[in-house]
Amino acid sequence: MYITNELFIQILAAFLFMMGMLIVVQRRNTIMVLMGIELMLNAANLSMVGFSHYLSQIDGQVQVFFTITIAAAESAVGLSILINLFRNFGSSKTGEASILRG
Amino acid sequence: MHTQIIESHIPLWIILLPLIGFLINGAILPIVYRGFAKTPANVAGGIATFFIATSFILAVKSFFTLQGIDGEAGGAILSYAFDWFNFGGLVIPFALRVDALSVVMTLIITGVGSLIHIYSIGYMHHDHAVGRYFSYLNLFCFAMLMLVLGDSLVILFFGWEGVGLCSYLLIGFWYSDTEKANAGVKAFVTNRVGDLGFLVGMFLLYRVFGTLTISEIIAALARPEMAAQVAPIATMITLALFVGATGKSAQLPLYVWLPDAMAGPTPVSALIHAATMVTAGVYMVARLNPLFELSVMTLSVVAHVGAFTALFAGTIAIAQTDIKKVLAYSTVSQLGYMFLACGVGAYNTAIFHLMTHAFFKALLFLGSGSVIHACSGEQDMRKMGGLKKHLPHTYVTMLIGSLAISGIPIFAGFFSKDEIIYSTIALPAGFSHLFFIGVLTAILTAFYTARMMSITFLGEERLSHHAKEHLHESPWSMVGPLYVLAALATLGGFFGVPHLLGMALGHIPHFLSNWLAPVIAIKHMPLVGEHLPWHEGVVMALSVVLAVASFWSGWKVFQNKFFISDFLSAIGPFHKVLANKYYVDELYDFLILSPLKRLSQWAAQIFDKLVVDGAVNGVGVWSRYFADRIRVIQTGDLQTYALAMIIGVFALVLTVYGMLNN
Repeated sequence: MYITNELFIQILAAFLFMMGMLIVVQRRNTIMVLMGIELMLNAANLSMVGFSHYLSQIDGQVQVFFTITIAAAESAVGLSILINLFRNFGSSKTGEASILRG
Repeated sequence: MHTQIIESHIPLWIILLPLIGFLINGAILPIVYRGFAKTPANVAGGIATFFIATSFILAVKSFFTLQGIDGEAGGAILSYAFDWFNFGGLVIPFALRVDALSVVMTLIITGVGSLIHIYSIGYMHHDHAVGRYFSYLNLFCFAMLMLVLGDSLVILFFGWEGVGLCSYLLIGFWYSDTEKANAGVKAFVTNRVGDLGFLVGMFLLYRVFGTLTISEIIAALARPEMAAQVAPIATMITLALFVGATGKSAQLPLYVWLPDAMAGPTPVSALIHAATMVTAGVYMVARLNPLFELSVMTLSVVAHVGAFTALFAGTIAIAQTDIKKVLAYSTVSQLGYMFLACGVGAYNTAIFHLMTHAFFKALLFLGSGSVIHACSGEQDMRKMGGLKKHLPHTYVTMLIGSLAISGIPIFAGFFSKDEIIYSTIALPAGFSHLFFIGVLTAILTAFYTARMMSITFLGEERLSHHAKEHLHESPWSMVGPLYVLAALATLGGFFGVPHLLGMALGHIPHFLSNWLAPVIAIKHMPLVGEHLPWHEGVVMALSVVLAVASFWSGWKVFQNKFFISDFLSAIGPFHKVLANKYYVDELYDFLILSPLKRLSQWAAQIFDKLVVDGAVNGVGVWSRYFADRIRVIQTGDLQTYALAMIIGVFALVLTVYGMLNN
């Protein structure tokens, strides 16, 4: 089994997704967590573009535009939450905002 | 024969007028005078009396209308308002029917009712809630008229429950006295026991006939094949209905509420617990007489229950010291007579006695009310005595009532009671032991009535100094009705002259029997002296001699003594049993009430605390216990949640993947 362009794109997307996921779980800085989420989103985008090309269908690429738009809105909301978090806790560490602990 | 039926709104107005009176006294006047207790006695009483008296005039009018239409065939005035129920196969028309039987009842209710309303104006003058009293009284008349005029058993039952409610309200009229309020509850609950029987009877009737309209049921029974079809189940139906009658009409074993019902104002005792409501059971049996005729067994039960109740209550009445209690047990006893008459098939005689009883017992109750009123509320006869010269009008009228109930000739009670006693041997269904119980009860009746009169009005004056100062003859609003009732109690008997006397005096017909003939078929009594154990004249002479002798001895014996045991000490223990009413209340308490009480105490203290509360509290305790152990998962750390989510998603994807591959 040799690696085609299509397969390579999917492997790259999976790798990026795993990276993003590890960042979200691992990094304690909220900014880094948000960046991890962006990375995961873009990995998903890449995967969709790859499949769109492989299957010769435009649907996947159309879907990507939606994703990018929503990702922009999501990061705006995420950053505003981040600012509020910083104002209230004086820090952007995720561990600080744990007042909902049972 | 064709039955002539007139459509008219008059029956509707007869029942609506008391209802309007109730609404005015119950809803409008309290607003006008700002408060229930503020309505003046004359205004409240005047309005209530006006409506019931107008109702009486309409009843008289319909009586003459009925007389105008063909009497032989049995006409009726029908008033149809609307269909009360109409679903499935069940249609209950709101129809009122005035026929020969119900017009008699209507005249008694509105006539005696009007007199008692007038009397109440004087009697309740000093009371603080006259408006409430008169509104209840009018509501009672409305319900009672519904009961007798309703053409459907459902309307009859509506009235049946309505009078029960008013009885409860009026017994407990002075509700701040716990004992009186409890007496009301006792009456209501005891009646409910009987009502259950009545309901069962109604359900069975609907099952068999497919209708609850009385006239249709009677018409269906006139067809021989229908009668034959109903006959097997008739015993069950009629016994169930009779259970209802024992509750409402205070027969063994459900009579216990009536003596306690004397807690209410005395005019209420006269109207509800002597003249009208308690006779509802007798009316119901007479109304459905073709049905009861189908079951020999039920008739025998009715006759025996009636006879034993008459004797039983008569013996208790001898030993009572409360003037109203004597009359209460006397009422139970007289109602027993009526059922005895029904049981031997002499329904018209039962209605005759019902009518004369309404006159003389209402008279006696109102008279006792006048005595109580004069003695500042004292009811114990031992503290009265010698009232004859202070209350001359009350004495004369009550004496007439006493002679009437004792069966002294010329007075009304003689005719009706003699007819009952005679019919117990004359009719085919009669039994000789019923006859002897009837005679024995007649002796007792004369005896205890004379005792009551003697202790109250004769002998030395025993009133307390305080009561003596206020001693006065009652006002004319009270004495007037007494005289009217005394006239009725004297002359009422001539509605039914026994045919022996009637023939001797030149063929005077038995008016009431002929009048009731369309509803209650006249039973031809055996010819005088033929096929009879005793000649009618012998029976009549015997009962007169016994009644006079018994009345005279009762009159003489108790002038300054209260009890027979004061003369014959040997009778002492038995007297104690009588004075305690055979310990029936105690027996019911032991058999029914205290086990029930213990059960509810156990339910409240053990079952409720342990099982019900335990279940409710247990849910809370266990929730908290588990929540304490589960809450540690909730770390509050964002990334722990993210990890858990990722693991979950992976697990989900793998599961779905595995399922798709299979």
